[in-house]
Amino acid sequence: MKTYDMAELAVRNLRESILRNSLTTVGISVGVASLVAMLSLGIGLQQLAGRRLEKSGLFDTVVVTSRRDLRGFSREQEENGPAPAESPSLNEDSRQRIAQLPNVLEAYPDIRFITELRYEDKPYLTMVAGLPFSAKNNDAFDGMQGNFFSSDTAPEVILQKSFAAQLLGKTAKAGSEEASVAELAKPLLGKQLTMRYAERTATPASTDAHASNTAEGSNSAGTAYSVISREANLKIVGICDLDPDSMRGQARARVFLPLKLAQNLHVMQPSDLRDTTNMAGGTPAYTTVEVHVKSPTQVQAVEDAIKKMGFNTFSIVDATRSLRQFFAVLDLFLGIFGSLALAVASIGIINTLVMAILERRREIGIMKAIGASDGDVKGLFFAEAGVMGVFGGIVGVALGWTIGRVINLGTNVYLKRQHFPPEQIWFVPWWLVLGAIAFAIVVSLLSGLYPASRAARLDPVQALRYE
Amino acid sequence: MPAGESSLKNSIAIRTEDLCRHYPMGEALIRAVDGISLQILSGEFVALLGTSGSGKSSLLNLIAGLDRPTSGTVVVHKSDLAKFSREELAKYRLRTVGMVFQSFNLIPSMTLLENVELPLRFAEVDRGKREGLAKQALERVGLSARLRHRPTELSGGEQQRASLARALINQPQFLLADEPTGNLDSQTGTEIMNFIREFNETLGMTIIMVTHERALAERYANRMIFLADGKLVGDQSNAVSASTGQRRGGKL
Repeated sequence: MKTYDMAELAVRNLRESILRNSLTTVGISVGVASLVAMLSLGIGLQQLAGRRLEKSGLFDTVVVTSRRDLRGFSREQEENGPAPAESPSLNEDSRQRIAQLPNVLEAYPDIRFITELRYEDKPYLTMVAGLPFSAKNNDAFDGMQGNFFSSDTAPEVILQKSFAAQLLGKTAKAGSEEASVAELAKPLLGKQLTMRYAERTATPASTDAHASNTAEGSNSAGTAYSVISREANLKIVGICDLDPDSMRGQARARVFLPLKLAQNLHVMQPSDLRDTTNMAGGTPAYTTVEVHVKSPTQVQAVEDAIKKMGFNTFSIVDATRSLRQFFAVLDLFLGIFGSLALAVASIGIINTLVMAILERRREIGIMKAIGASDGDVKGLFFAEAGVMGVFGGIVGVALGWTIGRVINLGTNVYLKRQHFPPEQIWFVPWWLVLGAIAFAIVVSLLSGLYPASRAARLDPVQALRYE
Repeated sequence: MPAGESSLKNSIAIRTEDLCRHYPMGEALIRAVDGISLQILSGEFVALLGTSGSGKSSLLNLIAGLDRPTSGTVVVHKSDLAKFSREELAKYRLRTVGMVFQSFNLIPSMTLLENVELPLRFAEVDRGKREGLAKQALERVGLSARLRHRPTELSGGEQQRASLARALINQPQFLLADEPTGNLDSQTGTEIMNFIREFNETLGMTIIMVTHERALAERYANRMIFLADGKLVGDQSNAVSASTGQRRGGKL
């Protein structure tokens, strides 16, 4: 029998005992709905946590330091790779090589320095850091007043809230309510700030050095640079709410410059002094390079690759690993609970079809007598199970989705009462929709296997004798 | 393939050799068919006669490929049914044999048209052709007006006519009828028997009909085979009543 005919006959047979078959199908639907509801809750929670973590930028970042920097993060520098003195220096060249590693989104030097800023002719000493343009999407800037930098080289600054308060002379007293970011922003946005810093410029030293070297008969070329005091005028474009004591790298500074601008200023870095003794080619080295990886799952691979290049690395990947493990276990358990209902439903299918065989014994006998093969009979019962699975799956997914929506709405009403922003804790991805329907069909077909082969084996002579 | 070409006539269509079908029933062994050897020629109208329990229906089921012999063979056009796989037997029932039963055996949930169409579905005939063929078959037995009715809405005679249409739909060589008039009054019984005779005479189908009514057999069949206790006890040709007069005698 052709598949289409089989399906058509199956549907019409199902309609013959519509109540019983509908109830069986409802059973499948409830099973699928519970599976969808459970899994979408797990997925929703995982995504919620994932979104938070991803935005924080904590878990997709690798901090790279040179092994030359003995104050670096690594604890195993003696065991792995070259000794500190032999390891490469972390300069622009290395940064570019790191940036070209697979799965690396960007690698930028961590530029920070302590310097003096003047506002309305009063000096303030603080930590200034370069901020890459990609930080714009960081959730740290969620509550920011004003705008992010207009470009990567614009002479603009973003102030940390406590520094802004300091500029306005509003130092928070213990116990008192802190001034809000909006309050601080009003008088400051658009104002000018003058930064005084030490610029490091390459000295055209070769002639001098050459002369002195030849005089002493040494063949080593020395490197030199000069340090010049400079001033830059910067416009305040934003005030942000970052906590200076948080783990985040950028947060430890109180004033932020666009990264490119900070690089172009060639501010003298503390490490420059040390590097003078072993610098090759006179290129300045970075203390730290921050590497952003596409996703937290790839952090380990990127870290390994950078370690191979001879640098020290640090990341908080372990935290995500246990988090992912937690969600994998959660999803598994939710899936098992969801599947239990589907298992019960599959027993319902088996029961319905076995009953149908008893009821339709004679019909099976007739079909065999007029030429139906075992395969036709088996296929027909199989198709009936499949059709119930298709309907059960579709209705079940719709039901599960609706349950999810309702609970999500309820949760948001509750969150609103508690003055929290609404959250989507329920997420039904398209693969879950298709997967759940496919799963329902597979479960139904598996449930149909036994009844179908039992129907196919029926002896037509006995079936016809049966009244 | 419609039989009935003169070349096929009188050739051996079905041959059984020492055919046995035994059922265990508790401790006892029922010998429903017990060593029957016979030959049926193409185009014959054979009546299997016997009392109830004589094994005539069991023999018919063996010839129909619905049942398998315990021993012995059924050879149809040189192929041994006992050697057929289940799949091949189903195909044989579908293409070579048409069956009619005492209790009509139409599927109650289907309309007449769907019932008659069902063998065409199993034969994987195209959808487009099926309805036309089924309508034609129903027309032949005078049921054009009843296409969309369900079997329960019809009289016994009409149901049996529909089941005749179903038996004919795949143009089989043999029509096997198990007490086709057993549930009918004599008038509708005659009506059905006239259709069967017509199929025998105009389509050249070989007919094997199980009946316990000797009068019916004498009136329509041109050969009568008598069974008792699963054994063959008589085989005689029969001059068909003069009304049709087309054929005389058979073969012993």
